[in-house]
Amino acid sequence: MSILVNKNTKIIVQGFTGKEGTFHAEQCLDYGSKIVGGVTPGKGGQTHLNLPVFNTVKEAVTKTEATVSMIFVPPAFVGDAVMEAADAGISLAVIITEGAPVVDMMKAKAYATKKGMDTIGPNCPGVITSEECKIGIMPGMVFKKGNIGLISKSGTLTYEAANQVVQNGLGISTAVGIGGDPIIGLSYKQLLPMFEADKDTTAIVLIGEIGGDLEIQAAEYIKENITKPVVAFIAGQTAPAGKRMGHAGAIVSGGSGTAKEKMEALTKAGVHVVVSPAEIGETLSKVLKG
Amino acid sequence: MNIHEYQAKELFVKYKVPTTIGGVANNTEEALKVAKEVIGENGPWVVKAQIHAGGRGKAGGVKFLTDIKKVESFTQDLLGKTLVTHQTGPEGKVVKKVYVQEGIDIEKEFYLGIVLDRQNEMPVMMASTEGGVEIEEVAEATPEKIIKINIDPAIGFQGFHGRELAFGLGLPKSDINTFIKFASALYTMYMDLDTEMIEINPLVQTPDNRFVALDAKVGFDDNALYRHKDIEALRDLGEEEPTETEAAEYGLSYIKLDGSVGCMVNGAGLAMGTMDTINYVGGTPANFLDVGGSASAQTVAKGFEIILKDKNVKSIFVNIFGGIVRCDRVANGIIEATKITKINVPVIVRLDGTNAKEAAEILNNAGISNIITATDLADGAKKAVAHAK
Repeated sequence: MSILVNKNTKIIVQGFTGKEGTFHAEQCLDYGSKIVGGVTPGKGGQTHLNLPVFNTVKEAVTKTEATVSMIFVPPAFVGDAVMEAADAGISLAVIITEGAPVVDMMKAKAYATKKGMDTIGPNCPGVITSEECKIGIMPGMVFKKGNIGLISKSGTLTYEAANQVVQNGLGISTAVGIGGDPIIGLSYKQLLPMFEADKDTTAIVLIGEIGGDLEIQAAEYIKENITKPVVAFIAGQTAPAGKRMGHAGAIVSGGSGTAKEKMEALTKAGVHVVVSPAEIGETLSKVLKG
Repeated sequence: MNIHEYQAKELFVKYKVPTTIGGVANNTEEALKVAKEVIGENGPWVVKAQIHAGGRGKAGGVKFLTDIKKVESFTQDLLGKTLVTHQTGPEGKVVKKVYVQEGIDIEKEFYLGIVLDRQNEMPVMMASTEGGVEIEEVAEATPEKIIKINIDPAIGFQGFHGRELAFGLGLPKSDINTFIKFASALYTMYMDLDTEMIEINPLVQTPDNRFVALDAKVGFDDNALYRHKDIEALRDLGEEEPTETEAAEYGLSYIKLDGSVGCMVNGAGLAMGTMDTINYVGGTPANFLDVGGSASAQTVAKGFEIILKDKNVKSIFVNIFGGIVRCDRVANGIIEATKITKINVPVIVRLDGTNAKEAAEILNNAGISNIITATDLADGAKKAVAHAK
């Protein structure tokens, strides 16, 4: 088992024939992901990477029975693409694109929720179930099969953490990069219960950063509902207030959203909080050995 | 992206958000012209320094004047002056423009603002009777005095939103409709222009019961600027950190800090994590720098150049987790970069991920004396800190 996606998940790619879409779809196919086609308006009927191209998501879903869409369209078209996926009955949209306007995501997410479609991202590395299904841009070879669930706002910190997990003789069940934008899809609070219920996951790594209060919500949730051990790192303890640290959502504003308050909340919830990401793997190892 | 008060007020006029009459001036002649022709020979006038920072009043950047000669002399005093407020940092900001506005009679002062409510994923309008006080201070001391209402973009601004705020502020029935009209216009501007936040502090009520935006602070969603070319044109590069602007031109995200260990990292999260690790092992990070996904020779070279502009930097920690980008290519990029930019401090390089072994060999064989390789994040941070001492 795993969460969200597995070797049977049928995937389409929106923005399939573009440079990014092509490159990463190929990488995902190499990893074993079951990509069944893609959408590029105006190129319907063509074949790309030996797979069919459709003009609309609706057509792609009808013909391929895909349930997941990986979205690579340019930022200006992300809102539209997400709503199209929701309208076509897709159940999970993984939005890789960076730089989507906040208002567009606000509207698109509200519509997705109404249609019962989950979203991951935008501005995220995607989701991977080790050695089964990769939907995103992460380096597949880092993710070896195991029992650690991973939820992270950051791309490279996800790879860093996964690498440490593997080097400590453990592995990853599923890793989800939730993205660092102000408005994102599935977050800690929705993913934690999935990992709690997954019998192949024995412990969870949570990586957060400054800005917003999703980590605080996660802490509250963990305290009441999560029995599996959680190791967490919050990036940005040394970040100055009022400055946007790379990610659109990574900003301490009005004195709230600091790493300190998040680390304290998580510690109070019984989470093993590390001060440096260099200690994620080792700490996890110790915690599991009890 | 932030803009000046005078630019924000021009947008207010466009969106029919009542504000003060006035105009911007680059020199005393222009200030006098605005004072006399736009506002009137008899005043009174208010002259306000135009910088991208709050707290101008307390720092002596704003004055209410009744003598036209004082408009001239105060403008003269302000232009070229460095204002230090709690938001500028100790180095302050140089005043290059002033805004001359009408002095108006004030009956009451309020606060009115709109920002994105990240938790509820929709805009939130906030109003308070504590006008003129920093909203963060109000939130801290008397949170009950802030009235908040979420506005779902699917329905837009409705009368009930306005009524809830107006009654919350204790406005009499006779003022409700004027207030609703004001708030509704503000919401339209918020959504239309992809703003990130609008803050009016104070929003004043005049003795003849008009609501007027006495001040204006507006910020925009950078991701949406592509569809607002006219807004993008309002950018004042003079108000931004020049090194950050230069870095952005090369696709680098750079923020200067005050430590001694320079950092070059791929990915924003890992970049912050690297700074935190340097701090954890007893050092101080000199900057945040995300070189992005590709980490090519050109971007790495530019990264070195920008880091080295900071004379406090005693060592540089290059921390790259190679994923799709193979480490051996990054290693070659670093070697190339050292040929483009002269580096006179120790550079600690940690390359992990795809082809990390090959990368270490390439670096070790290159024979560049000030490049020191590290095996992992902790090792690299420790070495970088040791070399900065």
